[in-house]
Amino acid sequence: MAAGKKEPVVFTGLGGLDKPVSNLLTWVDARFPLMENWKAHLSEYYAPKNFNFWYFFGSLAMLVLVIQIVTGIFLVMHYKPDAAKAFESVEYIMREVPWGWLVRYMHSTGASMFFVVVYLHMFRGLLYGSYRKPRELIWIFGVMIFLCLMGEAFFGYLLPWGQMSYWGAQVIVNLFSAIPLIGPDLAIWIRGDYVVGDATLNRFFAFHVIALPLVLLGLVAAHILALHEVGSNNPDGVEIKENKDPKTGIPVDGIPFHPYYTVHDILGVVIFLMVFSAIVFFAPEMGGYFLEYNNFIPADPLKTPEHIAPVWYFTPYYSVLRAMVWPFFGIDAKVWGVIAMGASTLIFFFLPWLDRSPVKSIRYRPTLHLYFYIVFVVAFLILGYLGTLPPSPVGELVSQVCTVIYFGFFLGMPWWSRWGQFKPVPARVTMQ
Amino acid sequence: MSNAEIDDSGRRSAIVATSVVGGIGALCTAVPFVASFAPSEKARAAGAPVEVDISQLKEGELIVREWRGKPVWILKRSKEMLDSLAKTEAKVADPKSERKPSELTPEYCRNQARSIKPEILVAVGICSHLGCSPSGPFPGGANVALGEDMGFVCPCHGSTFDMAGRVWKAKPAPDNLEVPPHMYLSDTKLLIGEDKKGA
Repeated sequence: MAAGKKEPVVFTGLGGLDKPVSNLLTWVDARFPLMENWKAHLSEYYAPKNFNFWYFFGSLAMLVLVIQIVTGIFLVMHYKPDAAKAFESVEYIMREVPWGWLVRYMHSTGASMFFVVVYLHMFRGLLYGSYRKPRELIWIFGVMIFLCLMGEAFFGYLLPWGQMSYWGAQVIVNLFSAIPLIGPDLAIWIRGDYVVGDATLNRFFAFHVIALPLVLLGLVAAHILALHEVGSNNPDGVEIKENKDPKTGIPVDGIPFHPYYTVHDILGVVIFLMVFSAIVFFAPEMGGYFLEYNNFIPADPLKTPEHIAPVWYFTPYYSVLRAMVWPFFGIDAKVWGVIAMGASTLIFFFLPWLDRSPVKSIRYRPTLHLYFYIVFVVAFLILGYLGTLPPSPVGELVSQVCTVIYFGFFLGMPWWSRWGQFKPVPARVTMQ
Repeated sequence: MSNAEIDDSGRRSAIVATSVVGGIGALCTAVPFVASFAPSEKARAAGAPVEVDISQLKEGELIVREWRGKPVWILKRSKEMLDSLAKTEAKVADPKSERKPSELTPEYCRNQARSIKPEILVAVGICSHLGCSPSGPFPGGANVALGEDMGFVCPCHGSTFDMAGRVWKAKPAPDNLEVPPHMYLSDTKLLIGEDKKGA
């Protein structure tokens, strides 16, 4: 360890490591950019020092991704993607496979928690303007991850082959049949049959376990690479790179991600896993919100359950779909419903250009903007709640109002984001 | 010597030509993969007509039979149910079954009751919105969405249909329920999936 007088000191940047270890690293580094990447993304990636509660959800999303991949691999070992056996094989996993119930509940809870974490992560972006220049691409990759996740959730939901799986897939695939001219043939092409059947189940399985996870991993890599290129935003919306120490060139308000935020995020992980375990062990069905009761009935192509609703994370968009009941411009209400639903998810892509506020963070924006955010969130939650309920005339009217608020928030943003008295933004980040 | 002085237009043309040919090749390779998504020969073959015995069907009763994987309703309508059609005439979007007639309503069913025999309704129980199977029939006053009228309600998005499967106005579903090609083999035997024209 201690370098003798005759031995030259080899500086590896790894003070305190055993010589064999440091030699191994030197050997690897001559052949693979290990230390370079470790520094670029962890030990010398400088993140703003004022991260708050909202900044836990990015790393938690990574954690849930790992949970989903690992539990998914183990589920595939017992699951059978066959319309005649799928439902049975899921029950087999639940009842006969040792600890199979735990693996499956982790996967099903993980799906819902993924959306909890991602919605909060996205809301953080909205609060602090994290999608604004120069972070537009981070946001766009993020929205693509969100869409990819919705695809994963949708394809995965067919696999247990319960009543909700079947009729949910039936409804969503038929959304494509609303497209003029090619629609009906497109729906048949997606299903691989005239109705949702074995062919549909098999291809959804392929998408769920191979195609989309690969895309998802690629997008996550792109999301993080883009983030590390421009650096993280923070609750003050101040660019820490604009204030660097002249000697070291390091942002004065930055701290290395490792060890500071790795350790910090462990706290988030511990609390998250407590919540996660509590759900897995005590409320895996979450009162029918995480696992719907109708999905414990095997798929029956002849009978739609009395009340069908998507899983909670899709219900806001489902309400938007249901809200469209008028045939504008001679085009079917069905087509408008599909367009509105598609637009309600794709509109996130345009956020970086819709927001014209001179400051990024909500901290320095007029209180009026905060009220707009509150109205938007409330409308989103109401849409989500109504989407879980059976259709009713009152629900229809309320969801129409909330749909107008939802789109009004985004489409009016170029105007309202410039209204009001903005507060002065400090030169340095603040610790609150 | 700067690059500008080299005449590389020949090389550039070669690159363009190679890219175009290679691109066409890649697109052609995609064809079998895209085509593999279409229904298999086996799925195409399934779709034979289904014979249904309706001698035991009681008045007001609805039975469901599977044809091409879809639920087909056979409903024996009571006089009250048939009378309700006059009341819903003004509320439905396409009372005379004029929309997409070749797909939704065979010629012999383009009447108010949308059937060959007035009392027997044969219809595919799949909502024209997004493919759920409507619930019902509900008697008048039994369902909020229908109010005082009789009919069917789709549980997914609340579209309502009258006792002839005609869709109400201003509902998500654009079209009436499909009446499949069908014919009577005898007074009590129905053949679903084939009619005299096809036979």
